[in-house]
Amino acid sequence: MGYTEEELAKDLENQEYKFGFTSNFESDKAPNGLSEEIIRFISAKKEEPAWLLAKRLQAYEAWKEMTEPEWAHVHYDKPSFQDICYYSAPKQSKKYESWDDVDPEMKETMAKLGISLEEQQRLTGTAVDFVMDSVSVATSFKKKLNELGIIFCSFSEAVQDHPELVKKYMGTVVPSKDNFYAALNSAVFTDGSFCYIPKGVRCPMELSTYFRINEGGTGQFERTLVVAEKGSYVSYLEGCTAPMRDENQLHAAVVELIALDDAEIKYSTVQNWYPGDKNGKGGVYNFVTKRGLCERNAKISWTQVETGSAVTWKYPSCILKGDNSIGEFYSVAVTNNYQQADTGTKMIHLGKNTKSTIISKGISAGHSHNSYRGLVQIHGNAENARNFSQCDSLLMSDTSGAHTFPYIECKNNSAKIEHEATTSKIGEDQIFYCKQRGIDEEKAIGLIVNGYCKEVLNQLPMEFAVEAQKLLEISLENSVG
Amino acid sequence: MEITAENKVLKFVEGLIPPSDGTSIRKEALQALNGMDFPTTRVEEWKYTRVGRITNKTFQQEERKANIEKYKITNLDAHLVVFVNGYFDASLSTIKEDKALSVQSIEKLDLDYYSEIMEETEENVFSLINKGYQTGGVYIKVGENEKTAYPIHLLHLTTGEGIISNAQHFIHLEKGSKTELITTYDSDEAENSFTNIVIEGHIEENANLTIQKLQFEEKNVFHISNEFFVQDPSSQFKINTITTGSLLTRNGLNVIVEGENCHTEMNGVYLGTENQHLDNHTLIEHLYSNCTSSETYKGVMDDKSTGVFNGKVIVRPNAKKIEAYQSNGNILLSKSSTVNSKPELEIYADDVRCSHGSTTGQLDEDAIYYLRTRGISEQKAKKLMVAAFIGEVLDKVDNSDIRKKVDQHFLEHFGWVF
Repeated sequence: MGYTEEELAKDLENQEYKFGFTSNFESDKAPNGLSEEIIRFISAKKEEPAWLLAKRLQAYEAWKEMTEPEWAHVHYDKPSFQDICYYSAPKQSKKYESWDDVDPEMKETMAKLGISLEEQQRLTGTAVDFVMDSVSVATSFKKKLNELGIIFCSFSEAVQDHPELVKKYMGTVVPSKDNFYAALNSAVFTDGSFCYIPKGVRCPMELSTYFRINEGGTGQFERTLVVAEKGSYVSYLEGCTAPMRDENQLHAAVVELIALDDAEIKYSTVQNWYPGDKNGKGGVYNFVTKRGLCERNAKISWTQVETGSAVTWKYPSCILKGDNSIGEFYSVAVTNNYQQADTGTKMIHLGKNTKSTIISKGISAGHSHNSYRGLVQIHGNAENARNFSQCDSLLMSDTSGAHTFPYIECKNNSAKIEHEATTSKIGEDQIFYCKQRGIDEEKAIGLIVNGYCKEVLNQLPMEFAVEAQKLLEISLENSVG
Repeated sequence: MEITAENKVLKFVEGLIPPSDGTSIRKEALQALNGMDFPTTRVEEWKYTRVGRITNKTFQQEERKANIEKYKITNLDAHLVVFVNGYFDASLSTIKEDKALSVQSIEKLDLDYYSEIMEETEENVFSLINKGYQTGGVYIKVGENEKTAYPIHLLHLTTGEGIISNAQHFIHLEKGSKTELITTYDSDEAENSFTNIVIEGHIEENANLTIQKLQFEEKNVFHISNEFFVQDPSSQFKINTITTGSLLTRNGLNVIVEGENCHTEMNGVYLGTENQHLDNHTLIEHLYSNCTSSETYKGVMDDKSTGVFNGKVIVRPNAKKIEAYQSNGNILLSKSSTVNSKPELEIYADDVRCSHGSTTGQLDEDAIYYLRTRGISEQKAKKLMVAAFIGEVLDKVDNSDIRKKVDQHFLEHFGWVF
């Protein structure tokens, strides 16, 4: 389906989605559809080594045998995998020596997103790996990170420059046959981020990547791999915004985290893909597989603020393999209009004295459905494992739905597991109290919602917390009936 | 679907004989069974329970005589309705003079009424096998604004090897009526037998039904129950399910609340030892406003036993001011015991207060230490702690004769004094 200037203008008139705009890049596009040739084409385009192509083809073979999962509490029109373009790269693929060389239009795009590189460089000391349509075009602070031996680059660069690391760790946490979308990703992933923190190094800045879907009808298949060597620490930020589209776009990413002995990884996400218009038309399908592996004494902490996407299907998980390892999951998921979210986490306790904490806050407004689905699994050898889960849901309209599906499986009698969940709406007395003090209803709800989510927002790095708060307010605009 | 020789259900029912009268319930059930298969653990509802141990065997229906003396409840003054291997035994039953009550064969049930009331219920392969190959059952009716003079005791005994008991009961409480139903399940030398029970009920406006279910079968039999209840406005329903019996138990309990101002209460205790598998599956569906429901299930698993709790609360759109509470607590006493807990909430309305909690843990060592410093042996201290843990639920059994029976059973089987 073509996308004309008129349609774009029409879309721009529609202010429901603040970040809905399109950059006029010419893309280096592959023909639509998925086949062995396309995979070979992607692999050749990226000048990949033979072992990676073999992996892709293996995943493709496995994917062909798989069927789309249907157990999630979401309903949507299945994407047609033959109508998706699996490769599209901005034409200016040469690397920039300095910030000045970067295409001004690109700079403008980023300015509209409110994440201008200059600002970020100057004010926050954040290194940004900017991904536009699958190929990264700007990487900053590389030198400083280099000095510490930290590798932070796009996935394709990592394949070229550090094949031994990629080969060693890729697919160890999320095997290519793990699930339908992970297999699809493993076959056709185009780019993503790679991060390697050497032994004992504490990464001095927040690492962040901004993903963005740009070309109409392009499925984005990102692949992120973060490896934290023994005793290292890294905080990784990921934020997404996508332009307005009429047809559904598929986003099937795979994120793998590996925290070796005594290492810590903090992974924060603000997800704001296009959620579809107020009638539920369009919007991004976000089917993501995120999983981390903790070795001895390691810690992985997932924090996510989910406000976008028409359909979300996402369970950032921790495999607590090493003794004394810790997994954390903090999540705020907001759905409005006709959005659907089925999200949660999996905490797999394998090692002794492993601990996990789950705090999940769901907010549903409009006609949306928001589900928490989580698994806490204590294996037989996980002595003294400990889990605490809290899942609260807030309902903002009588047409929305909030659902909780926790799975608690315990095979060890020294484990302690607690789970609690509540579902309710904002108290009329709370709103009345605010109104009494001259705060209008809309603001009062913003206030209450922010207070409700505070436990999770506090986990975010500062810059993100501000952005996330704004997002919550924007997402819930006009949702009170 | 075409009937093939590989069809496991077909093989399973091959040796069974459908009741001769062949009412439409039976015919429909037999029809629906066509092409159905037994659930595997890939089916969400049966994720934690493998039924292969049952479905790989074949069973037969067999009417028998038995001695039920030791399965009676001491001192309980009740209407006694006895089923041996799922067949009604009139000689052992005593239905007293009670103008409020009518107890008839399940065949007397008005079919139009039945299908209208049970329209919303979801059948599964076991409830269909029960209905299609039903061995016996009663249709209990309590008259309008009446209270039964005595509780009704449905005593089920399975005896003999490889027996299937397909008893199906229907309890109908007319407007403003009240009764207490006691269902007990026992087995005697019933190696590899299978109790496959269905109880359905309709609680009309302002009616009040209490059910006490005691599942004390021996650990060499299988037990699957499917219970469906429909509540009309302003009705009250309470069920206490106490399970210690059978090798594999699956208690499926479903309540559809079809009216305002209803109260539903479900309580359960499950105690597993050896290699028992005890599965409690509950569903409360709220369709109308201003209702409350409360659910408390507690389990203690020892040896190699497995406990499963799956509780689901659904609040449908437009059901406002619902207060639903659900809690599940589990204690694992041994290293090889397992618990799978899945408390679910599905809420489609906004003005609700729903909460659930689930805990899994072990006995508090500090508390045991405290008791030991006071001269109580470790073993005794543990028993005391377990007793206190499940005592919260047992205290909801407000019929003293039943409570005595439960206490006595626990004393005999676990050596726990309450």
